[in-house]
Amino acid sequence: MRLLQSVLVRLATTAVTLFGLAVIVFVVIRVVPGNPVAMMLPPGATEADVARLSALYGLDKSIFQQFLIWAGGVLQGDFGTSITARQPVLELVLGRLPATLELSIMALIIAIVIGGLAALTGTRLRGTRVEGGIDVANGVALSVPDFLWGLVLILLFGVLMPVFHISGRVTPSLELPFVTEFYLFESVVRLRFDLWSDIVAHMFMPALALAIPLSAIIGQLLKQSLKETMHLDYVTLSRTKGYGETHVILREALPNAALPTLTLVGVQFTFLIGGTVIIERLFSYEGLGNMAIDAVINRDLPLIQGIVILFAVIFTGVNLFVDMMYAALNPRLRHA
Amino acid sequence: MSYLEIDRLTVRLKGGGTLLRAVSLQVAAGEVRGLVGESGAGKSMIGKAVLGILPRAAEVVSGRIVLDGVDLLTLPPAERRRRVGASCALIPQDPLTALNPSRRIGPQITDRLVDILRWNRGRAEGRARELLAEVHIPDPDRVMRCYPHELSGGMRQRILIASAFAAEPKLIVADEPTTALDVTVQKQILKLIKEMQLRHGTALLFVSHDLGVVSKVCQSLTVLYAGMVLEDAGIGDFFRAPRHPYSAALLAATPKYTDPTAGLIPVPEAVLAAVRAEVAAADRRAGHV
Repeated sequence: MRLLQSVLVRLATTAVTLFGLAVIVFVVIRVVPGNPVAMMLPPGATEADVARLSALYGLDKSIFQQFLIWAGGVLQGDFGTSITARQPVLELVLGRLPATLELSIMALIIAIVIGGLAALTGTRLRGTRVEGGIDVANGVALSVPDFLWGLVLILLFGVLMPVFHISGRVTPSLELPFVTEFYLFESVVRLRFDLWSDIVAHMFMPALALAIPLSAIIGQLLKQSLKETMHLDYVTLSRTKGYGETHVILREALPNAALPTLTLVGVQFTFLIGGTVIIERLFSYEGLGNMAIDAVINRDLPLIQGIVILFAVIFTGVNLFVDMMYAALNPRLRHA
Repeated sequence: MSYLEIDRLTVRLKGGGTLLRAVSLQVAAGEVRGLVGESGAGKSMIGKAVLGILPRAAEVVSGRIVLDGVDLLTLPPAERRRRVGASCALIPQDPLTALNPSRRIGPQITDRLVDILRWNRGRAEGRARELLAEVHIPDPDRVMRCYPHELSGGMRQRILIASAFAAEPKLIVADEPTTALDVTVQKQILKLIKEMQLRHGTALLFVSHDLGVVSKVCQSLTVLYAGMVLEDAGIGDFFRAPRHPYSAALLAATPKYTDPTAGLIPVPEAVLAAVRAEVAAADRRAGHV
């Protein structure tokens, strides 16, 4: 009951956020220089051509009128038509969304695994050289941005030791039996591990590039919280019961130490999704981020609006999910 | 023969400070021994050394800790942990921080029985229910399903006491078990510890800075200063006539609750100076300074 109530409140505030965001994006992309009509017409087009085309897309109306028309459509599920692709924006965007979701979730999983292992190993072997090594590695991973890691990975595993594919989402010559755009997921469901391995070989490097900085953040924060938790009385009490270090870390310390990290992962995951824009470009990965860059270059106003709104919806959804996870992991919040 | 025998145990900080100076003491089976001294005297350190939970910065440099005939310090770590876990237990100081906030009460009592002593879960849970009833907790089944934050400090200390007795240990270290509690609850908890100790015949190492409490619970006591044993006496002898001047001063400094107007009496400076000289002399003899 309480949960339902808090979810409803969150949805209401989300609606307000989305509206504000829509207004800002709508105005900004129309105020900045460069307009889609000029991009479409060949050189030497007359003033009359420009006016006719502007009228066709409704760009001759005031921004306020344009917004009303667009917002009216959105409320009925119509996000307009892409100027460059001449297809409904919703269709285009939803078509690309699965690729980006799979990439970001894979990156998140990699980040949690690497960061978690680094933190646990560092805690288990605290005070040794291994811990020092982990700290140094964390520092390096954190101070280099994801797109640079992308370039490093391309150089290492795409050029010097070509074990992964450096571009695209799947080898184009492959026959794909998929009905959804969730290639990775569907290949597992259909037990097509030949396709699965090809998809992973394409996805691994961009996902790893996105994951490295986040794994360093997770590793550092989790190790710090574990370190503090290891001094607490209930951990000491558990030792007196006859438990060894590994058990004490995993069962007594980790569940409590994971809470602050979880909040951070939620926030950082939204940054990671933002990071897909550049990484997808770098690896020519056919996702939402790559589409966003094309849309901006072509001044495809409806498409930009659609993508931004969708990103905002994802961010809010992630935050809501994190809050619910937090309540599930922390018994003190469950009844509060 | 005593159940626990600590023989010239010296513990030092890795940085250099000495925490325990050749401490020797014995606890017979079923005996309740008080460890008293001011803050930093090393009384908690003795319990920690026995249980193997010394801070990482501290290390045993010499001495023996013989538990039931076996020197714990010669055992490999895993074997030592198992042995201590099966035969000793700790009643911690602060019940608010000694239970894991994200685990239910039941498993926190039964985990040692199931994981270390290999009981089956049903038997362990039955045992936990029995113990909770012994420490006068109404509705043990409900409490076992609770999280620590749902229970009061007094309740939590009762649970920790029950948990300490779970594996029928031969020795329990009670590390100032009432210091963090409300004065009104303190009395009940002390009574409960004594009651449980008598029922189970467990030896108790009772760490306290409160001589009044020690006089009620213990049969014998060890007075420490700066990690050195100053006096080792039966409780009756000690309160009639403490042998060491520092012990006498400590006894005189104990507030008398019967006379609220009386001021606090500090340990006289001359006595402290004499004790410090004694510690320094012992250090010189032992060759560490």
